[in-house]
Amino acid sequence: MNWSKYSAPQAFYPLAGRLIPWFAVVAVALMGVGLYMGFFVAPTDFQQGESYRIIFVHVPAAWMSMFLYVVMAIWAGVGMGLNARLSFMMAQAIAPTGAMFTFLALLTGAMWGKPTWGAWWVWDARLTSELILLFQYAGVMLLRTSIDDMRRADRSSAVFSLVGVVNVPIIYFSVQWWNTLHQGASVSMSTGSKMAATMLMAMLIMTVAFWFYSIAVILARVRCIVVERDSLPVWDEKPAVIQEAVEAR
Amino acid sequence: MQWGSASEFFAMGGYGLYVWTSFLATALCMLWEVLALWRRRVAARAEQRAALLGGMDETAT
Amino acid sequence: MNRSSMWEAVSGIVKRDLLLAMRRRSDAAMSVFFLVIVASLFPLGVGPEPAVLRTIGPGVLWVAALLACLLSLSRVFTADYVDGALEQMVLVPQPLAVLVAGKVFAHWLISGLPVVLLSPLLGLQFGLDGAPLGVLVLSLLLGTPTLSMIGAIGAALVLGVRGSGLLVALLVLPLYVPVLSFGAGAVTGSMAGIGGEANLSLLGASLVLSLFLAPWATAAAIRIALE
Repeated sequence: MNWSKYSAPQAFYPLAGRLIPWFAVVAVALMGVGLYMGFFVAPTDFQQGESYRIIFVHVPAAWMSMFLYVVMAIWAGVGMGLNARLSFMMAQAIAPTGAMFTFLALLTGAMWGKPTWGAWWVWDARLTSELILLFQYAGVMLLRTSIDDMRRADRSSAVFSLVGVVNVPIIYFSVQWWNTLHQGASVSMSTGSKMAATMLMAMLIMTVAFWFYSIAVILARVRCIVVERDSLPVWDEKPAVIQEAVEAR
Repeated sequence: MQWGSASEFFAMGGYGLYVWTSFLATALCMLWEVLALWRRRVAARAEQRAALLGGMDETAT
Repeated sequence: MNRSSMWEAVSGIVKRDLLLAMRRRSDAAMSVFFLVIVASLFPLGVGPEPAVLRTIGPGVLWVAALLACLLSLSRVFTADYVDGALEQMVLVPQPLAVLVAGKVFAHWLISGLPVVLLSPLLGLQFGLDGAPLGVLVLSLLLGTPTLSMIGAIGAALVLGVRGSGLLVALLVLPLYVPVLSFGAGAVTGSMAGIGGEANLSLLGASLVLSLFLAPWATAAAIRIALE
């Protein structure tokens, strides 16, 4: 099978359309299983009580936020290297979903932090990196919307997302380092060394569910972008609809 | 199964506000994203259709 | 192309930019004034308590230096972009990244170095003295070139883009976070008696890293903007 033919938007468009329902169904099914395990199988944490159950959305959202940024940067890099339009469209489609998960990771982190540490927010390395990551997602999207020329918008936001990939680990390190200096602010984030197997399982299932959700949503967004950018060709319109449109006038 | 009753389940051992806000926010964000994409797709295709019809207009006249 | 022609090109660019800056001295003075004003507003805002000022001093001075650098970023490439000199730079045989490094160095001499030279005075305003004051100057000396290097990427990305002034801040400030925490950390560490050496070495490492990576990213951004 020749995969390279799907690098053309018009070939990719119907393929993505066929794949989306499968990813969506798997995502919903896994979310159902993960939520059931998280709420009804996983035991109560002896230290944190029931509040720990927030990790079943918090950790998957945080993982997806970082993972999607890296994937976005990879597509941006591929787009720069191969001059492939579809790669840039993928990068464009990933940014909003990544930003959403970053926001959710911050929000659910605050919801977890309040009962666990007694504070909505602490200047911990993970929280700070996540906050900066949100700023970088915003930067990528704002840079794109500020540039009218599509080719330049693609490439400029690609350069910025690649620079950001270097930045996030450095920030993580710098804040961890900074916290060793400011002892007062450091908080142990460990969830306890022994996590029950069912807790871990539920968390992993939710992560895979979020992953499939992201793929489905991103593919759907790529399809929108393809239609918006290459406005004319009606690739997936049913012949009858076109017929009707012609007859209507 | 650790829940004696439905109200115990919703109380989440006193952490209900935090737990349910987290899950509800996540669900709402996801639903909103799917809905926004749906509307974006409808709008894009409507525009596409209009362009198609407009193009035929030009050839007809 | 040999090494000496590359060196000539870079020193030519630095000289030219310095000459242009000398003709418009008020531009360069502005970022220094900005720094002084911002640094002076904080004591008026938080009160004259010496202990409080000493605690927030390193952070405030570093943030002020960072904002001063940010404000001057639009001057790095805009004039050359408007009058077409940037297009000439893309066409010459010397690699664009090297020329960019020259331009950034000139920018640092004009707007970064005055900040470094002025910082001891501002440090005194915040009750810093002795070793911490020396560490403050040293940290700014190592950190401000990094700020110029990273800032140049943002400045090149927003060339000719509407609303570029605000956009460049949104792009560049997240990238400044590590430099800020190392720089202010060095001074705080020296005040706490654990010394600023480790943070200063990290600042040096950031400078080397940005020296190797930023000019390439900036050159790529300039090429994209000129296409």
